[in-house]
Amino acid sequence: MIDYHAILPEIILALTVLAVLVTDLVTKDKYYAAVVGMAGLFATMIPLLTLALCDDLAGCSGELPRVLFGGSYVVDQYAVVLKAVFVFAVFIALLLAVAYLESDRYYEGEFYFLLLAAALGGVVMSSSRDFLTLIIGLELVSGPGFLLAGWRKGDERSNEAALKFFIIGVTGLALLLMGVSLVYGITGTQLFAELAATPQAIVDEPVFALGLLFVLLGFTFKISAVPFHVWTPDVYEGAPTPVGAWLSVGSKTAGFVGLLTVCYLAFPQVSNLWGPALWLAAILSMTVGNFVAIQQTNVVRLLGYSSIAQAGFILAPFGAAAAAGADLQQAFAASVTYLVIYAVMNLGAFGVVIAVGTRLKTYELADWSGMYRWSAGLAILVGAFFLSLAGIPPLAGWFAKLAMFSATIAVGDIWGYSIAVVAALNTVVALVYYTKVVKTAFFDPVPDTIDVAALEGMDVAPPMQLALGITAVLVLVLGVFPGLVSTLAQYSSEVVTAAGL
Amino acid sequence: MMTIIQWILLGAALFSVGLYGVLTRRNAVLVLASVEIMLAAVNINLVAFDTYLSDPAYTGQIFALFVIALAAAEVGVGIAIILMIFRNRHSVDVDELDLMRY
Repeated sequence: MIDYHAILPEIILALTVLAVLVTDLVTKDKYYAAVVGMAGLFATMIPLLTLALCDDLAGCSGELPRVLFGGSYVVDQYAVVLKAVFVFAVFIALLLAVAYLESDRYYEGEFYFLLLAAALGGVVMSSSRDFLTLIIGLELVSGPGFLLAGWRKGDERSNEAALKFFIIGVTGLALLLMGVSLVYGITGTQLFAELAATPQAIVDEPVFALGLLFVLLGFTFKISAVPFHVWTPDVYEGAPTPVGAWLSVGSKTAGFVGLLTVCYLAFPQVSNLWGPALWLAAILSMTVGNFVAIQQTNVVRLLGYSSIAQAGFILAPFGAAAAAGADLQQAFAASVTYLVIYAVMNLGAFGVVIAVGTRLKTYELADWSGMYRWSAGLAILVGAFFLSLAGIPPLAGWFAKLAMFSATIAVGDIWGYSIAVVAALNTVVALVYYTKVVKTAFFDPVPDTIDVAALEGMDVAPPMQLALGITAVLVLVLGVFPGLVSTLAQYSSEVVTAAGL
Repeated sequence: MMTIIQWILLGAALFSVGLYGVLTRRNAVLVLASVEIMLAAVNINLVAFDTYLSDPAYTGQIFALFVIALAAAEVGVGIAIILMIFRNRHSVDVDELDLMRY
């Protein structure tokens, strides 16, 4: 018997994806396809809420975790929270995309279709507890991403972004699959719960470690951690900016979901192998991302490097705890806290970049000078999101940093303290370029080439206003009441391998 | 009678050839072909391990079927992107795609 309530979010989202495609076929006004998509996303949130709150609801039976399909698909607290993050991220990306696509002649219906299909992949990934389901979900996230990155068909930068992203993504997939085939060969299973129970004699085989290495390599491509990060700024810059927003949040979260679940659930007994690897990747990502970001003159590229650095911060607690052999659950909760807050503030930052970009038609930081003179509202939003990314209270980013630091210090040991020191230094470095953007927007004189009167007259499109409003409110609320997200993260750290086995 | 070692060596060799191709080829179509070689190596591995383990659930073989489907989807996407680039530039040389760096 299949527990339909547990997979209802996936079913609704899959039907929405198809409905968007049909709407695109039958309507002339492609705007409706986006409306159908958003309605579907709201409908998807309902079963997610009923699943999470099942205990308190009348007529609802069965509590989390719900184990389906012989343990390969588990809906637990972690899965529900991450699914909600994906649905939220795609909702904001959709709002940003509507205004962007309406502003010029783009294919619209297909865009929404692909974007929602990618979100479905993320939702499936959150529940996957075997490699096959996980990889299918991962490809459902990546495949549409390749196409969306090349959406500006006539633009050579967009072409280049699509091809770079594609080659990197597919190579990463091949490495990941190779790792999975080796692990399968030595253990005879690809189910996480069974992998976690592998006898020590098999774990000691070199092939097992080799397979693990390939799996880690495959995921590092996805989360754009150093040394496999070079594609990130190029793709964000070349792709249409709403796609950059989705890739930096949705696609990256998908990579993290994969990496965290695989490490935590499938290979907990070899945390002495992958722990130091993630620890090193975290340190390198923060340092390289931040130091290169300082030199950037293009805001989208700056956000690209900043997202590399943030990936390092997200990995830090988990990598340090695993390397030191400490309790993984707290570190896991800290990583999820950071991931959730990062999703909100990075979507907001991209949103405001798009709003400014559609007015100025350029993403060069120099042209942002004196934005406060011609749009005080946008300048304030720039301040809110970029300072939140830097981690300044009372904006949400500070709590992400706090959770990260307290988790790494709680790990203790040389692993925990060293990464906390590196992260602290990096936070200062990051402050340099985030405040540079804010300073440019507020205090620099307006360049002569910019016609202030014309810019003052322009409005921000309503869907974009909504997206900016939601993210701005969330960045403030999560900063002032950080308990909300830490409860969510604690809740999500109740990860279950497979209770049915 | 072939042993598992021979199959795995074949898989490893094919995978290395594919990876070498991805890193060195300049024509985007050949890069795509090299990726396909890597995925084919994965399939050989999966099926070989499946038979070697006499897996009652045929996990490896079923996995290989999914990998074939994934590979087909990737080729579809990849060829579409390469065609788009060819229309704009009349070349699919990946070394020429250097508008954005650093």
